[in-house]
Amino acid sequence: MSRDTLTGSRIRERRAMAGFRQADLARQVGISASYLNLIEHNRRRIGGKLLVNIATVLGVEPSLLSEGAEAALISTLREAAADSVAVQPELDRVDEFAGRFPGWAELIADGHRRIGTLERTAATLTDRLTHDPHLATSMHEMLTMVTAIRSTAGILADTKEIEPEWRNRFHRNINEDSQRLAESSQRLVEYLDGAGDAGAALTSPMEEVEMMLAAHDYRFPHLEEDGEDIDAFAAAQPQLTTQEARAAATVTLKQLRSDARKMPRPEVAKALEEVGLDPAMLAQRFRVSVAVVFRRIAVLSDDLLPEPVGIVMCDSSGTLMLRKPIEGFPLPRFSAACPKWPLFQSLTRPMRPIRRVVTATGRESKQFTCYAIAEAIGLLQFNEDPLYRAYMLVVPSDIAVQGAQEVGSTCRVCPSTDCHGRREPSILVDGI
Amino acid sequence: MGKRVLLIEDEPNIIEAISFILSRDGWSVSTHSNGHDAVDVVKESTPDLLILDVMLPGKSGFDILKELRETTSAETLPVLMLTARGQKADREMAERAGASRFMTKPFSNSEVLDAVRELVGS
Repeated sequence: MSRDTLTGSRIRERRAMAGFRQADLARQVGISASYLNLIEHNRRRIGGKLLVNIATVLGVEPSLLSEGAEAALISTLREAAADSVAVQPELDRVDEFAGRFPGWAELIADGHRRIGTLERTAATLTDRLTHDPHLATSMHEMLTMVTAIRSTAGILADTKEIEPEWRNRFHRNINEDSQRLAESSQRLVEYLDGAGDAGAALTSPMEEVEMMLAAHDYRFPHLEEDGEDIDAFAAAQPQLTTQEARAAATVTLKQLRSDARKMPRPEVAKALEEVGLDPAMLAQRFRVSVAVVFRRIAVLSDDLLPEPVGIVMCDSSGTLMLRKPIEGFPLPRFSAACPKWPLFQSLTRPMRPIRRVVTATGRESKQFTCYAIAEAIGLLQFNEDPLYRAYMLVVPSDIAVQGAQEVGSTCRVCPSTDCHGRREPSILVDGI
Repeated sequence: MGKRVLLIEDEPNIIEAISFILSRDGWSVSTHSNGHDAVDVVKESTPDLLILDVMLPGKSGFDILKELRETTSAETLPVLMLTARGQKADREMAERAGASRFMTKPFSNSEVLDAVRELVGS
């Protein structure tokens, strides 16, 4: 079906939008309702004076009726149809669809373009060595240095009789190369750590909220005042780029404000001095739930405690939501966390406070005292299972405890070799 | 006089180390360190074996090898390719370009020696 045969569909749509009945429009332009009906169903060609008259009555440009949807839109729709595997849209009627439902057609085309962008980003992230030139170059540089060092060191170790000249030369080469290796590995870490990351553009609303909270060090003293407008504050934060992120941030900030009112800073400082970091005692003293104590302590710890305290929250599906990381206890960003965290144990025993000393796997093997609790959210209803959110407070521990359970961050970067919870091999154990 | 090997690699300290171990093993080693004129150098020096790095300034090892395989004098020359990326795609590219063997950095000296002995012995 060629495009100009769709004039009828567009007339029908415009007529409906203008609130005319078929008979009304037909009478005003001097044709029968049944003839207009044929035109509107694209069974009669229309042009010339009649088209101009109809356009005048409908109050639109005649070209809008005769030209209609853009060719680009049609071609995007065709692409979307071609990419579809499971669904087979009526390709022969694509013009009609675009003509009759321009808004819906735009929506599909827009979705199709967006899927394309996301697929490219996903491909970039999965195969970063191929797509990220900076990363590929750094890796190449490092491997080159490692090769030179390995080969030279091998010569020095294995060659029984080596002239002093050569030996000195190889020593000097190893020294040079190890310096270059140190520099390039440092640059690589900086790159992976900082901006310019291919993943930087692909943040979820929750991640944007986390970035915003981190940018403020989780401190919002002015928002704890009554008059402060949280919505306006969220709208002004550069980290929050989407409406969803701003909405999520508003919810989080309102919760932090409500926590602050229940546990004002000076009183928390006083209580911490008197009872120490004892979440149960603090909950009793302020007559609040343990989760409120966790959140408030995490926020105030940077100022009131000798060392910052981390917090992580998840819902019953195990999805990490609120995150305040601390040194030595890495919280995974994209992948699922370690199933051994007390956080997840608390989900199996809701409302039961848990305290565990754990050792974080890794080079430093620091110990942490974890406090965890799962609390119901929403109203409790009879015969309805509540939903839970689990919180875990992560406190650096300075006294080493024997036999503390080992917990990791996420399987991919966990060196633990004998773990029943392992989901996937570690890149540290099996090599990259 | 031993067999002649040509090493095309741009990292001076790798050149030095590989030259050393191959010389000790009885090879006569010559080296070259850029991609631009690598094809001409191979044609002129007619070595018994070529060790070719993939990432070279001027022209990639893959391209050099492809050109060499199109010339009659280097059609059957044993070529050991070196790369810093052990990915499957690279290995396939090396095979398609006509590499006799493919080695991923960082390799050990004994791996290099085994590979060159095998390539020229066969």
